[in-house]
Amino acid sequence: MTLEEKVTKQVSVFLENKSGRLAEVCQVLGDAGVNMRALCIADTSDFGILRLIVNDPTRATKILQERGFGVGEADVLALVVPDRPGGLASVLAMLTDAGVNVEYMYAFFITVDGDAVVLFRIDDEQIASTVALLEENGVRTLRAEEVYAL
Amino acid sequence: MIWDPQNECMDPEQRRELQLHRLRATVARLAANVPYYRNKFAENDVDPLGIESLDDLQYLPFTTKDDLRETYPTGMFAVPVSELVRVHASSGTTGTPVVAGYTRSDIDIWAEMMARTICLGGGDNSDILQVAYGYGLFTGGLGLHYGGEKVGCTVIPMSAGNTARQIMMMRDLGTTMVACTPSYALTLADELIDEGIDAGELNLKSGLFGAEVWSQASRKAIEEMLQLKAYDIYGLTEVIGPGVSADCEYGCGMHICDDHFIPEIIDPETEAVLPEGEEGEIVFTCITKQAFPVIRFRSRDITRLHYGKCECGRTSARMERVSGRDDDMLIIRGVNVFPGQIENVLVNIDETLPHYQLVVTKEGRLDVLEVQVEVSQEIFADTIRALEAVEQKIQGALASALGITCRVKLIEPKSIERSIGKAKRVIDLREE
Repeated sequence: MTLEEKVTKQVSVFLENKSGRLAEVCQVLGDAGVNMRALCIADTSDFGILRLIVNDPTRATKILQERGFGVGEADVLALVVPDRPGGLASVLAMLTDAGVNVEYMYAFFITVDGDAVVLFRIDDEQIASTVALLEENGVRTLRAEEVYAL
Repeated sequence: MIWDPQNECMDPEQRRELQLHRLRATVARLAANVPYYRNKFAENDVDPLGIESLDDLQYLPFTTKDDLRETYPTGMFAVPVSELVRVHASSGTTGTPVVAGYTRSDIDIWAEMMARTICLGGGDNSDILQVAYGYGLFTGGLGLHYGGEKVGCTVIPMSAGNTARQIMMMRDLGTTMVACTPSYALTLADELIDEGIDAGELNLKSGLFGAEVWSQASRKAIEEMLQLKAYDIYGLTEVIGPGVSADCEYGCGMHICDDHFIPEIIDPETEAVLPEGEEGEIVFTCITKQAFPVIRFRSRDITRLHYGKCECGRTSARMERVSGRDDDMLIIRGVNVFPGQIENVLVNIDETLPHYQLVVTKEGRLDVLEVQVEVSQEIFADTIRALEAVEQKIQGALASALGITCRVKLIEPKSIERSIGKAKRVIDLREE
């Protein structure tokens, strides 16, 4: 499996903190038949960043751009984390020990084979080494195709 | 190509004689036909028949925008209204508009000046000129239109707005020159990006941009995005409209039609005339217009004057690009701020010119300047940290350029209203 296959594309959208903007994004994507798989919002008092995992990131980016939204794509890793107390802690400890810088992370609502799926945004230059690290330690990274189809 | 070599390249001494002759005639005519000027001359002890040299010009009274408001709408006209063939009016952003009347001869002279402007911008009768200035009371559209026809260009009278259609005509008809406000040029460039059209596919060669103060940075952005050479063109409704002066290909100042208008630079405070090369307010005296000639009109525009023959061969006086219009200046906590300074800072942040707007409010007794910047593809990042860093970078650069702290707010793309005419960059919400 190539590195490229392991990297999931996340769509990020710039939103001003004003009512109705999130609904508008969702409506635009819904009308275009794009299905959202996971999302998280980071915000300050002025603006927010909506981060989305969708079934078709290229199409989602194009449509949102056409509709005048500020859109970007970022590479994230979708890790399969044991769904038990301390499951995430062990993965994070491993990353910390290896000096991997996690920018942010958020979880899927659904599970895979009973395990949780957590999305990790790490520094771009650390992605390849992290994927190798995870593999060595037996942490499963979902292929992008699998993520989009969740 | 020089449209009118005889007048544009005239021997300077000969031009001064022509100016004096025309000035004497104009002042005499105003004293005879315009009571407002007759009284003003009397109040200032000016003998309207006593002008002996161009030096006497400095003893004539100024004409201000307030004078024109006071005489609204036709009190300054030197001919009966029946002799007018057209009127235009200023946008009147600050209350009463100024109505400008034109006789047939005025319209002809104006078209001559506009023809000079178009040729200064590299145009000739083989060009396809798309006029995207507003047609109507605003002088931009019809001014360029008549000039274009005079030169023999193929004129596309688009007027402003309807951006998608502008691009269609530009592409289908092979427009070589476009004339509009600089802010609308940026709107056109954005539309090209939205439609996925490479500016290289178009046939654009030069752009005639004016009617608002724009920065050197903004010129660079427009030239790159539209792939053309940008020429600054200048004019005022009160003086005649566009055509008063324009850049030549050497870009060493805008050539003034000084056989029609005598320029002076004054200190805006003391009103004293300043020598060549010093910065001050430019003042114009019309010496060939029939209907609405103004004497020593206070333009509020800050620039410098240069004389001496240009490399292009013209001998006319040249004015530097306007560094600031007194009217646009903001006073924030006692510090003078021109929108152009802010534009320069923004362009240097990541080499592209973002859309921006300045909002001034008062918190308690303190002025607060908020610079709203649209998040472009170049600026956007998926982490709060990175976006806050952009805000801080802009804030830091503004603080060192302006000497005041501004609030920087990132806003969504396309949330600032796109202008089709003069951009509204400043929203001042302070109560007077």
